[in-house]
Amino acid sequence: MLWMILIPLVAAPAAPWLVRRLGRHVGPLLALVPIGVGLALAIHLPMEPGTWRLEVLPWVPELGIHLAFRLDGLSITFGLLISGIGALVLTYAGGYMGDDPRLGRLCGLLLMFLAAMLGVVFSDDLFVLFVFWELTSIASWLLIGFKHEQAEARDSARMALLVTGAGGLALLAGLVLLTAAAAGSGIPLDRATRISALAGVGLSGHPLFTPSLVLIVVGAFSKSAQMPLHFWLPRAMTAPTPVSAYLHSATMVKAGVYLLARLNPVLGDSGLWHVLLTLTGAATMLVAAVMAAGQSDLKRILAYTTVSVLGTLTMLIGVGTDLAIKAAVVYLVAHACYKAALFMIAGSIEHATGTRDVRRLGGLGRAMPVTAASGLLAALSMAGAPPLFGFIGKELLLKAKLDLEYLGVVLALTAGLANVFLIAMALVVAVRPFLASRTVAAPDAHEAPPAMLAGPLVLAAAGLFVGLVPGVFDAALGSAMASAIGGRTIIMKLKLWHGLDPAALTALLISAVTLALGFAVFLRFRAGLSRLAGRFARLGRHGPARAYERLYGGLMDLAAAVTRATQNGSLRRYTRLVLLALVATCVYPLSRAVPLESVGPVEWGWHEAAVAILALVGAVTAVLSRSRLSAIAMVGITGILIAVLFALFSAPDLAITQIMVEALTVILLVLIFHRLPAFSHLRTTAARLGDAATAAAAGAVMSLMVLVAVAAPLPATVSAQMARLSVPQAKGRNVVNVILVDFRALDTLGETTVVAVAGLGVYALVKLSRRARGEGGKP
Amino acid sequence: MNSPVFQATTRVITPLLLSFSLFMLLRGHDQPGGGFIGGLLAVTAFALYALAFDARSARRLLGVSPRLLTAVGLSLAAVSGVPALWWGEPFMRGLWLPLALPSELKLGTVLLFDVGVYLTVLGSVLLTLLTLSEE
Repeated sequence: MLWMILIPLVAAPAAPWLVRRLGRHVGPLLALVPIGVGLALAIHLPMEPGTWRLEVLPWVPELGIHLAFRLDGLSITFGLLISGIGALVLTYAGGYMGDDPRLGRLCGLLLMFLAAMLGVVFSDDLFVLFVFWELTSIASWLLIGFKHEQAEARDSARMALLVTGAGGLALLAGLVLLTAAAAGSGIPLDRATRISALAGVGLSGHPLFTPSLVLIVVGAFSKSAQMPLHFWLPRAMTAPTPVSAYLHSATMVKAGVYLLARLNPVLGDSGLWHVLLTLTGAATMLVAAVMAAGQSDLKRILAYTTVSVLGTLTMLIGVGTDLAIKAAVVYLVAHACYKAALFMIAGSIEHATGTRDVRRLGGLGRAMPVTAASGLLAALSMAGAPPLFGFIGKELLLKAKLDLEYLGVVLALTAGLANVFLIAMALVVAVRPFLASRTVAAPDAHEAPPAMLAGPLVLAAAGLFVGLVPGVFDAALGSAMASAIGGRTIIMKLKLWHGLDPAALTALLISAVTLALGFAVFLRFRAGLSRLAGRFARLGRHGPARAYERLYGGLMDLAAAVTRATQNGSLRRYTRLVLLALVATCVYPLSRAVPLESVGPVEWGWHEAAVAILALVGAVTAVLSRSRLSAIAMVGITGILIAVLFALFSAPDLAITQIMVEALTVILLVLIFHRLPAFSHLRTTAARLGDAATAAAAGAVMSLMVLVAVAAPLPATVSAQMARLSVPQAKGRNVVNVILVDFRALDTLGETTVVAVAGLGVYALVKLSRRARGEGGKP
Repeated sequence: MNSPVFQATTRVITPLLLSFSLFMLLRGHDQPGGGFIGGLLAVTAFALYALAFDARSARRLLGVSPRLLTAVGLSLAAVSGVPALWWGEPFMRGLWLPLALPSELKLGTVLLFDVGVYLTVLGSVLLTLLTLSEE
């Protein structure tokens, strides 16, 4: 199963190259990658409910983390959706982008996302799943900000990354706690990270269970845009339309729902789980559906209806009865098909007319007959009209609600109300632009190219086909998927016509009423639109998006304030801040360190004393000198004398380095000498005293540190052992060098990186400031 | 600086300094020296040249951009830790070729690492010096 993830991952970087070589018709060629994955998955059909195939490779066995992948009804269904829609979207992207040179990058990123998303749904290990989960967030960030030259795209991308990223952190914490709870309940570490091993164990008694559940749910909600974390998804519509169709309707936003479905057997035995999911889901379902009606941009309408559907799915998982799970299965698959189709149709409309504003669109049916037909089919599925797959989903949904003991009627009515708006919006998005006998926004509108017709047509036809013969789906996958979500065997027998039992009739009645109401809302759409939009604009000023803006703005202001306070361009202030920070951080630990009495007598000869005194004289002269040249010379003398001290205490490497540094400092100063500003003196005595105090404090702390280091009862064996091991283990007689390049080579690598970055930093600062002044820099 | 004496001396000293820096680099494993010291020594050679002539001549003498040198050096240092992984050893574990050279020099990944440090220090410090002096 690993190869199914690896092949798209390898194909991703090749995509830009292929596009450059073969042009935009490369879409269908790249689509072969997901098609291959899809075929490999289809081999496992039909799936027997309650069975799965595992594949385990060790990754971090010490922590019980394995590359464990699982194929069961749930992961295969998702895998087929990801690969199937992925293939269609890659084909569509070629037509949508036209000859845009960025097509290669788009295809590459889409393939990378495809790999990550497959990883999420195949993973059986909680932490492997998390890694892929974060990868999808990163891919989404890159794709939302695809048109990165637009500030709006960058802002939206950052918002999505911060919201889903914060949710990802919550998820990670939740997964760690869940593993700890499992390990605390006596499950061996090897199995405590494995979803298949945790299912049905019943961990809810453990004290860590509740916090872990809340954190995991928060993570899933952020990804699947549940209230109040939904606001990033409509903003993500700045992405190119193929991205919106793929990530932000059909697959990535369903990762949260997937996680909830996947963990339902693990976490579902807790009452809190059901309450949280059902209530949040129901609220999201209703509010987002109403908010959709306040939009006029095709993609934003679709985004809000997506949020609403995600809420519905969350609610169904929360309800958790057999019927609810069946409804979730059907609804999820139906939605992925029709919503991806609708997004692609919205993209085609924009492609043909140059606008996505529904108020300006109309009468396109004659110019774009195929797109219009696919739009009609997809909209009917979204509206839940027979005989499409969406209809079966809606019937099941209503029946599942009516079946409940508590709140059943309330939830059913909520779902019905939300449905009214979804129906109206389905008509607004996919019927109105084609049928309405209005003037067309662009008179030269044309049918989309074949590459852009395939996706909507195939997906809309799939909705019709499965709606007519639903038995194909439930036999091949549906029952297996429902069983995987429920953690028990659930057999689905889907039918278009449920007969005449009372529940089915009630559901049918509600269905008919919602269809009628939805049509009525659609007819009143234009009149109601502006009023609703105004109301929601007012509401939006206090919504969670506003909280996000404030938090983000506050953080930026804080960063700016800190920067202004510390980085004012005066070297004197930088030096003072660094030294004071050193003093502040070291005083307390030093005061608690070894008592100084334990410093033994230091052996010293007259020549060492003489060198030390000379160095001191040099330092004092440097401070007192009134010309820059003499100050430089005096500091240089002090440095050289310290090098002599190193040599006297038999540290030749240190001495050589010190001499080199001193020499280079002098050379540098000579090179830039004539460019430095005039040597300035502090005017006030107070300022001089302040500097003296800072210097004295820093010097005292450094001296103290040296004394403490000498006094510390360092195990003498460390240096002895390094010296002993130097030749046999590292084949070197210079212990200093052996430590640098062998024993502690990783530290040296880090320091070398610092050296490199420092050089590049100087280069960047000088060249950038020169460019800012309008002079051309030499590359 | 336009001093014929200084320039003539520099022409002689620069190759000597560069050879000495290589010597320090190669002997570092057994005697005082090593990549860092060797790199600094090489910088002084080029810095001296820049003083005697000008920064542009020093760049010409170097032949490649100091930034490229930094990048190559850092990559070399990082890559030298990888071969150990092939034998299941931890990253950066030193590996030696079983070759007896007619000197004290031993060939191995550790030497590669030190060469990387040498190049990084040379590239980065020289980049600083030349950038500032050309400003």
